[in-house]
Amino acid sequence: MTIDLHNAGLRHGQVRALESVSLRITKGERVAIIGPSGAGKSSLLHLMATAVQPSAGRLELFGEQPWALSARARQRLRARIGLVHQAPPLPPRQRVVTAVLAGRLGQWGTLQGVFNLVYPTDVPGAREVLAELGLAEKLFVQCGQLSGGQLQRVGIARVLYQRPELLLADEPVSAMDPVLADHSLALLNRHAQANGVTLVASLHAVELALAHFPRVIGIREGQVMFDCPADAVTDPMLDALYANEQFASQPAQGATLAVQIPRC
Amino acid sequence: MLKAQTRDPVAFTRLMLILFALAVLWPGVRLSELNPGVLLHAENRQQIAAFTSAFWPPAHDAEFLKLLYEATLQTLAVATAGMAFALLLAIPTSLLASRALSLRAASRGGRAGVLSRLLRMPVRGLLIFLRSVPEIVWALLFVRAVGLGPTAGVLAIAITYSGMLGKVYAEIFESVDQRPAHALLQAGSGRLTAFFYGILPSAMAEVVSYTVYRWECAIRASVVMGFVGAGGLGQQIDLSMRMFAGGEVASILLAFFGLVVLADLLSRFLRGRLA
Repeated sequence: MTIDLHNAGLRHGQVRALESVSLRITKGERVAIIGPSGAGKSSLLHLMATAVQPSAGRLELFGEQPWALSARARQRLRARIGLVHQAPPLPPRQRVVTAVLAGRLGQWGTLQGVFNLVYPTDVPGAREVLAELGLAEKLFVQCGQLSGGQLQRVGIARVLYQRPELLLADEPVSAMDPVLADHSLALLNRHAQANGVTLVASLHAVELALAHFPRVIGIREGQVMFDCPADAVTDPMLDALYANEQFASQPAQGATLAVQIPRC
Repeated sequence: MLKAQTRDPVAFTRLMLILFALAVLWPGVRLSELNPGVLLHAENRQQIAAFTSAFWPPAHDAEFLKLLYEATLQTLAVATAGMAFALLLAIPTSLLASRALSLRAASRGGRAGVLSRLLRMPVRGLLIFLRSVPEIVWALLFVRAVGLGPTAGVLAIAITYSGMLGKVYAEIFESVDQRPAHALLQAGSGRLTAFFYGILPSAMAEVVSYTVYRWECAIRASVVMGFVGAGGLGQQIDLSMRMFAGGEVASILLAFFGLVVLADLLSRFLRGRLA
């Protein structure tokens, strides 16, 4: 069992982000999380990535409870988990090659990490993962000069270079055009299948989720609405998931969903 | 502006802050007995005119220039050596004092745990102690301990400036975007590497510019400490003033101006390279 959430809840101050979520995801599964904006998709992924501590319930990753471990053991556990951020947090002045190689800082010692900053130790490795995403020529460019979509691909490249056992992706293609989004998701899925990696991604595009992932979880207001194979998802289920009383009268919604990604 | 439709919710707070600042500053002016009028009294004007008229022409005979050159080099050396020793202490303490490297803060939206805050307090206390005693006092102390000469100046600058640099570095590290470092910590990286990859790239330009500015301040400080016997341009200026050699004072001030211009150019160059 890679992920085992039992009645997990998460609060940000007074706001309830997640409420009694129970999920079991086994090794090698590929799962998409869908739901309206603000439903708790990001919170759920950050919870699985041990980026935040659940305020209620239990979280087990690889059969261990990360928040019961010592800080050192938790860092070792975290090195096995990779999270693709929606807007990858990369310093604008950092070069792409350094940003990608930083994926393995959890596996490297401090000395190798510091030396790698002075002279990149694995340029071919970084070039290889970037080439798969069509960014090989940006290897020595500073992150601040990239567009939102290019930054998202650098974020994906970093996690691919990290080679985690559990790959989490928070809206990994939200700033890409449809063709690129399709290609990047296919790449993540191919990588997961080839290496037996567990893949969990949140997506706001339902058709991408249904096309690429065998299992789909629908989330609304911090709770799991449905959790089933992709081919069992029906239109009424999706209508109920995205139903929005507040904007119901406005006709053209959903299609104009433009996500603004800060440049860095 | 006062209607509910157009009112800015922070406007009242800002107005209060401005009034508060004025209320605090006014007694300060009274307490410091500031009275620019005394500059205009006839007697004082004469004194100032007599003193400054001796400044022209600046002294430029070969012997004095050689003396000036050596004193300038000594001042530069005192400031630079003092800064180097200060950095030795400031860099590790700034890392210890900064919240930027807190592992717990990474998973709690930037809030560090109680224990780590308690552990940081003695480091902050040390930095406060180091910079609370003015360098001139340290210099007087060291002049007694190690005798007249630049060594006292170097030690005094090293102690005071490590306190200032450590505090400001720690604050620069906390003021840049913490998310890159948090993301790295959440991917299992160590704290030092997370600092090097996540914080330093954003903080570097600021750190370099502040360091060069402090170096400039150290040059000034080493001049002041020359007055109490720590060598360099300060000692020279003290001697020339006692001998009422206005031309020499003018030359020394010009050399001093040159040093500050040099520091400014260096800062601009380094910032340009790092931006």
